[in-house]
Amino acid sequence: MQLAVWTYEGPPHVGAMRVATAMRGVHYLLHAPQGDTYADLLFTMIERRSARPPVTYTTFQARDLGKDTASLFQNAARDAVERFQPQALLVGASCTAELIQDDPAGLAANMNLPCPVIPLELPSYQRKENWGAAETFYQIVRHLADTSIRPAPREGRRPRVNLLGPAALGFRHRDDIREVRRILDLLGIDVHLVAPLGASPEDIRTIGAADFNIVLYPEIGDEAARWLDKTFAQPVIRTVPIGVGATRAFINEVAALAGVDPTLALDDPSSRMPWWSRSVDSTYLTGKRVFIFGDATHAVAAARIAHEELGFTVCGLGCYNREFARDVRIAAKEYGLEPLITDDHLTVEEAIAAAAPELVLGTQMERHIAKRLGVPCAVISSPVHVQDFPARFSPQMGFEGANVIFDTWVHPLVMGLEEHLLTMFRDDFEFSDAAGPSHLHGSAPAHGQAAAKPEPALAPAGDILVKEAAAPVAAGELGWTDEAERELRKIPFFVRGKAKRNTEKYAGEMGLAAITLETLYDAKAHYAR
Amino acid sequence: MSPAQALAATATPRDGTLEVLRERGQREVFCGLTGIVWLHRKMQDAFFLVVGSRTCAHLLQSAAGVMIFAEPRFATAIIEERDLAGMADCHAELDRVVDRLLARRPEIRTLFLVGSCPSEVIKLDLANAAQRIGARHLKGENGASNSEGVRILAYSGSGIETTFTEGEDACLTTLVPEMAAEMPDAPLSLLMVGTLPDIVEDQFLRLFAELGITNVGVLPARRAGALPAVGPNTRYLLAQPFLGETARALEDRGAVRIDAPFPFGADGTAAWLSAAAATFGIDEMHLNRVIAPGRERAKRALERYRPALEGKRITFLPDSQLEIPLARFLATELGMIPVEVGTPYLHRAHLAADLARLPEGTRISEGQDVERQLDRVRADRPDLTVCGLGLANPLEAEGLSTKWSIELVFSPVHGFDQAGDLAELFARPLRRRDVLRI
Repeated sequence: MQLAVWTYEGPPHVGAMRVATAMRGVHYLLHAPQGDTYADLLFTMIERRSARPPVTYTTFQARDLGKDTASLFQNAARDAVERFQPQALLVGASCTAELIQDDPAGLAANMNLPCPVIPLELPSYQRKENWGAAETFYQIVRHLADTSIRPAPREGRRPRVNLLGPAALGFRHRDDIREVRRILDLLGIDVHLVAPLGASPEDIRTIGAADFNIVLYPEIGDEAARWLDKTFAQPVIRTVPIGVGATRAFINEVAALAGVDPTLALDDPSSRMPWWSRSVDSTYLTGKRVFIFGDATHAVAAARIAHEELGFTVCGLGCYNREFARDVRIAAKEYGLEPLITDDHLTVEEAIAAAAPELVLGTQMERHIAKRLGVPCAVISSPVHVQDFPARFSPQMGFEGANVIFDTWVHPLVMGLEEHLLTMFRDDFEFSDAAGPSHLHGSAPAHGQAAAKPEPALAPAGDILVKEAAAPVAAGELGWTDEAERELRKIPFFVRGKAKRNTEKYAGEMGLAAITLETLYDAKAHYAR
Repeated sequence: MSPAQALAATATPRDGTLEVLRERGQREVFCGLTGIVWLHRKMQDAFFLVVGSRTCAHLLQSAAGVMIFAEPRFATAIIEERDLAGMADCHAELDRVVDRLLARRPEIRTLFLVGSCPSEVIKLDLANAAQRIGARHLKGENGASNSEGVRILAYSGSGIETTFTEGEDACLTTLVPEMAAEMPDAPLSLLMVGTLPDIVEDQFLRLFAELGITNVGVLPARRAGALPAVGPNTRYLLAQPFLGETARALEDRGAVRIDAPFPFGADGTAAWLSAAAATFGIDEMHLNRVIAPGRERAKRALERYRPALEGKRITFLPDSQLEIPLARFLATELGMIPVEVGTPYLHRAHLAADLARLPEGTRISEGQDVERQLDRVRADRPDLTVCGLGLANPLEAEGLSTKWSIELVFSPVHGFDQAGDLAELFARPLRRRDVLRI
């Protein structure tokens, strides 16, 4: 048994729902007890979808268990097919139905339903959401792809490609597709189909007509891409175009494979991120310590951008999906880090606190952790939140994605000029230390007030700081002399925490009983970069 | 005329037969685990450990909205493949998880082991486990660092047995045997039953005190040590309509139910308080004096909403079992027209007073076949549909205004001083529909 408070991934049938909901003309019959319908709200509320997910739940109850849950399943299948008339029916079980072993696949196969039936075996007690999505997409492709369909001869036509992996509830999938399509258009390449997002079973049937595949989200698309490579000999592009460098690499690889000229796409004038990063205001970004955690693909991409394109120091790197941990281990080694592979958010919180980063790049879980620790944060990966579905175009991929990433990561930090001014005027009597860092939007409490807000009565929503609220540096616990403490308060708030920690660590190592003014500056010299 | 009589006089008498449309099929409702979201806020030294699957953990996370607490007082012990292999190991695993948890959270006084669909299907006996683990932790062994001990109880919040608010019913039912026995010669005591936000609970307690009812207990209590006593001299008053099993357990201990409509709105609250006052022999003049100010405030607050709501047609999809009393409130106090009132279960005895006050011709449905019910909503085209979060946006996209039912469970809506807030919850979606020019 694993004790879980908050989880990064749902059960595998939620992954299947993400695929079914992304597609058109598909219906998913889920053998499940009452209550599993909660998953609908992920799509209708978080993603603001205007239609219910195409899922029918058999809704068995305790009193059905001794009797005939199998006929309940078959009735639900008949009703769903009649009402929704899908081009393909996915059938499977949620965690509870898996235990009662009704064999949805066999039951549906015996019914002579008027559409293809795709059985899903998603072991709920071993696997999780991303795996479930990948397996579902793979099964759909396997069952529906017409293996006799091959690309037309290349002469006289543009190259054709499939974009694999985008799904419902994906982190910026909607916008990434638009940006990648734009790149491909500049390269003179046609998109044969995007799947699962927006694809119908009929589209999937013709998947073999493309010259090659691009896997944008390996967590969901790679399983199917490997089978397509084996079955249709469709080569696969696996470079994920997140960041300027990766986008360039992506364009070059795609152009080489398709035999087209990459120049137009590479010279895209809308790529502003490189200059934004080189311009002098960004100097202050140099060496900022960032902690990165998310799904493996987004975490590795974020680390590369942080390191190469923004000049940050990556002080922590990890992912929650073990299936792709290898990529994270390789990347972590490159940055001289111990990779953090875990799906326990308390472990992640400890690691972040220990690394004392100046910026956290993570999921919604890390956003909450960072808020509690009073550290700025930007979201880079699922699991998602309603905020991760902005109304505006906001991709992560391509040059526009890099522009978006620059803004999103840098805005939570203090502006370069602002930091300079703060340092200049920190002793000014009008510069109120108690005001707290303006860029944290009031998440860090004013100095001297521990954020011991009462827990809300019955309010489930709202971002309220409770435990371990952003601890303002209150000196004095570890034998600080008055003089040293006064000096500590003169240090700007955004580095004061680090100064305090370093000084105390130094004092501890030196075996000092009291921290004096001397100790403070000795420690500063000791830890100078 | 007492408020209760006044309310009765305005109600349309029924001929005793109640036609109910019963349906079975896909239910678009939460399971009983969801109750943990409000129960753990109410019981401040209790921890809820769901023994279930990743789905259970994901449900709680999704229902609880954002993850505001780093370490909330609930968690899921996720059953894994190897736990399914052998039941003995499963129990040993559970013991290990509980020991670790209690060592980490020494402030916990009550631990609920909450059964789920998977734990019920594999017949993991949590009541037994609670006894086994409880015996150890009462003695302060095994890392139980406190001298007070931890009470360990078990109930099922599984979807195969409980619908949404029935989880609270199951939870409170397990607390009833833990309540001390009243002395045989104890004076008449009042027990208010059902989770209310603290602010509302305090308002009611003040009103009872002003009425002169001094011996008042509350179930659930905010802290484990404050659990009231119960016995044949207990008169209990339900604050929530979904507590059938809890009521039965209280009656097994000798307590007697005070029949009343539920305390929503000016008249509902007045009738609810009047029923209690009558049971305790409170003078009617005194009763009217005590409740008049709150009742007047509530009426004034409701008057503001009447123009927006009067004559508007409303359908409730089944969700929390609050549907019947809320429809009663909207119909009798604001002039709304209930079209269909769906409820997961209809407890006729507890809801008799509210059912009697519903306008004649109201379609009452019990259970759900969501597709057919939505067909009826599309045919009825009510001005407002009260439904769960999974259905709200899709109905809005079809041009039907909706109210999320979950807000009715999470917000303070009972009593005089919340009457206006309750009306506002229904008026806001309609107002929004009217103000938007987009």
